Amino acid sequence: MTLLLAAILLLILSGVAALVSEDASHPSASMGAFGAAAGCALGLTAALMVLIGGQTESLRLAWSVPRGAFLIELDPLSAFFLIPTLGLSGLAALYGSEYLQAGGVRRALGPSWFFFNLLVASMAVVLVARNAVLFLMAWEVMSVSSYFLVMHESEKESVREAGWTYLVAAHLGTAFLIVLFLLLGREFGTLDFGGPGRTIAAAPQVSGLLFILALIGFGTKAGFVPVHVWLPEAHPAAPSHVSAVMSGVMVKTGIYGLARILTFLGPPQGWWGWVLIGMGLSSGILGVLFALAQHDLKALLAYHTVENIGIIALGLGLGVLGLSAGLPGVAVLGFAGGLLHVLNHALFKGLLFLGAGAVAHGSGTREMDEMGGLLKRMPWTGATFLVGAVAISGLPPLNGFVSEFLIYLGAISGLHSPAATAVAGVGVMGGLALIGGLAAACFAKAFGIVFLGEPRSGHAEHAHEAGPLMRLSMALLAISCAAIGLLAPRVVRAMSPAIATIAGLTPGRCRDLLTPGTGSLALVVTASVVFLVLVLLLAVLRRALLAGRTVSETGTWDCGYARPTPRMQYSASSFAQPLTDLFGPVLRTERRGSPPRGYFPDDAAFATKTRDVWREELWRRVFAAAEWVLSKFAWLQQGRVHLYILYIALTLLALLIWGLP
Amino acid sequence: MNPWGFVQVALALLLSPLLIGVINRTKAFVAGRRGTPLLQLYHDAAKLLRKGAVYSRTTTWVFRAGPIVALAATLGTLPFLPAGGLRAVLWFDGDLLVVIALLGVARFLTVLAALDTGSSFEGMGASREVTFSALAEPALLLGLAAMGREVGSLSLSDMSSGLTAAKWFQAAPAMMLAAAALLVVFLAENARVPVDDPNTHLELTMIHEVMVLDHGGPDFGVILYGSALKLWVLGTLLVNASLPVRTSSVAIDAAAFLAGMLALAVLTGLIESAMARLRLAHIPQLLVGATALSVLAIILVLR
Repeated sequence: MTLLLAAILLLILSGVAALVSEDASHPSASMGAFGAAAGCALGLTAALMVLIGGQTESLRLAWSVPRGAFLIELDPLSAFFLIPTLGLSGLAALYGSEYLQAGGVRRALGPSWFFFNLLVASMAVVLVARNAVLFLMAWEVMSVSSYFLVMHESEKESVREAGWTYLVAAHLGTAFLIVLFLLLGREFGTLDFGGPGRTIAAAPQVSGLLFILALIGFGTKAGFVPVHVWLPEAHPAAPSHVSAVMSGVMVKTGIYGLARILTFLGPPQGWWGWVLIGMGLSSGILGVLFALAQHDLKALLAYHTVENIGIIALGLGLGVLGLSAGLPGVAVLGFAGGLLHVLNHALFKGLLFLGAGAVAHGSGTREMDEMGGLLKRMPWTGATFLVGAVAISGLPPLNGFVSEFLIYLGAISGLHSPAATAVAGVGVMGGLALIGGLAAACFAKAFGIVFLGEPRSGHAEHAHEAGPLMRLSMALLAISCAAIGLLAPRVVRAMSPAIATIAGLTPGRCRDLLTPGTGSLALVVTASVVFLVLVLLLAVLRRALLAGRTVSETGTWDCGYARPTPRMQYSASSFAQPLTDLFGPVLRTERRGSPPRGYFPDDAAFATKTRDVWREELWRRVFAAAEWVLSKFAWLQQGRVHLYILYIALTLLALLIWGLP
Repeated sequence: MNPWGFVQVALALLLSPLLIGVINRTKAFVAGRRGTPLLQLYHDAAKLLRKGAVYSRTTTWVFRAGPIVALAATLGTLPFLPAGGLRAVLWFDGDLLVVIALLGVARFLTVLAALDTGSSFEGMGASREVTFSALAEPALLLGLAAMGREVGSLSLSDMSSGLTAAKWFQAAPAMMLAAAALLVVFLAENARVPVDDPNTHLELTMIHEVMVLDHGGPDFGVILYGSALKLWVLGTLLVNASLPVRTSSVAIDAAAFLAGMLALAVLTGLIESAMARLRLAHIPQLLVGATALSVLAIILVLR
């Protein structure tokens, strides 16, 4: 615990140091970055010790806030979430120290590092806070510091709009959380939620209401459809190392909150599981479909975050359903898959966003249709991006497959159960299969169009490789993806205390229930190793066959066409077109352009844009209506401070009168 | 672990190119031609392995890795593949996911290798491949899940040896629906009519063949062999599911399985002779239809 507190303190102090240092010269700004990295390493050690040791550490200090104490607690579930949070943030800080220096526009970097370190520290506090007020304060700091990070390039209008949407969404979500914690505090009789196995004893309607509040409040942060609309705008707008942290771990605080609240609510009701599975299916499928339609690389990755949050929700949903149906075997597999996917998604999405940043920085564009052939110009970035792409597509031998496999296993044991759970199992299996196929299509597009083929523009032609620190961060993330893929049974056993916490089981029982799953995972790893050995053998064989034979180079087969140009290549939009056409009614892609006319057409143009349907069709209307209603109260807002103080005084007076016995 | 399962692995390695020969001879017979020798694919692959190679200047190591990774992934499925009543080398509840995922790896690398050439033809093929396979995947998984629910395990080996004739006929409507879905997936994934035409000579209309246009020499030999192996793998799934001959005698079971594989090859040849390729725009309907059949099968077994 001391270690973790030291880490949080180091994060905040180095952030302040970066802020107060006057000029944005190299040493002062890198103080923020290396302070962040060192703080994350410290905190990571603390979290790993708790997860492996299995015991809970806590710290209680008196403070002046009523109905509770300053209470923080590091239990296996918190420790499990801290590991990706601090691990990815530390690597992102290393990456960012180089990435921000290299940015085109000169600007003071002090504030950027201040908010970055504050964001990491507040995420850590969110994960260990056991007092409602402390939690909400950290939550708010997290939202606001990430808002300032999103606004890094605030001279662009699109960035300002994205930041604004994010700020509004974050606070609407928090509003639900405040209600949630007040109701929960009423049930508990205190605002402290520490200690193992504390559950409320409330009527099913009350716990159902609490579940819905948590789902909306935390779901907004996590990015469930349809409250995801801020996510695909805010994540791409931020600098890439911040995008990695936001997409990789900040959204996971929403998952953490949901998981933590579930442990308070007592035995779950069946419909919670169905709601989570429904959320998971819609987020997963719609997320990947909208990702397919994007041609901005970072927007594509942001929509994939929605998809992966959906996969995590599928795991949690199976877990909740398993618990409520009295099938702990289904439950632990679902929770194990969901939690492991939290870690895995942090790793590969972090890696992909860092890769996208390196590409954007090396080529000067994020538009996929202007890229191509970058693997030759950026071999390191390309190779690590490929690792991330295979991992996120859920393909062996990497980590993405392992966590999806666990969720599949949960669905399979659901399938062997009585009909109601079996239907859920079938839904999860079918949904995951479709999501997996579409994700593979999307990342074949992302990697293929960006890194393979010929450059489609001067941007791509003159791209250059990222610097050593950026490459180091990406390489470490890629190695972690492979390591988790190949050490899966050990990883799952190590995280079983966290699974036990969320499933409300004893660690021993949880480990027993996981044994068949880890046994299957061991065979999966065997298959992966066999596959890798075969690849190696075939590569040696191929080399031996080609040794001493003529191996020559020529142009690509062009069907006899005399003057091929790189512009004739399939583009990101054309690659995805069969799928986007097929799902056109959902995507509502706008097409603009003028087709070629006449025998000698001089100009022709074509452009597509896929806006978020939920934002356009649902939220725009809701907010227009809200604006109309609220404009009726505009007379209250005079802009005079003394009037506002009067409002506060009147409100307090009214409350006092209302509270009179 | 079942050491006898290696027999099935050996059969797959040796006999898979023969299936292509049977399909082609069937088509030739129906068309009144003499056709290529049954062992033509063995000769083709052997000849290609003896050749040098020509690479496009555009390509990178991804292009060179594509064929061998695809073959390695397809080979990697064999230890989990049972043959009729004969169990696979390895099995566990859910091993079919490993088989499907490894086939996914093979496809992913083939698609990337195609995109690596920078050719718009190969881009087209790659785009179609990912589209159709994304739609075929739920059909395959749910079709197998229907059988798994009936047998009580989603291990290919358990499903195969547990699917006795009695059990099959007891749930005949569901089994037939699932088998029909698997047949569609088998044809789609192996680039056969009505989804793709292996004989076409126009790059614009191809799917699988156009993705491998730029490969030559040993790489192309590896691709041909890998495709034959994939045909064997998916064919095995279909034959296991639709031919429930499970006796106490291994010899009878094995003979029935091999006869089933040959019959499947003949059936494929007959389908290719009897009908033309669908328009590309209509293929998704076929695949979604197959998914619908799988879902119906599941509803029947869940009832």
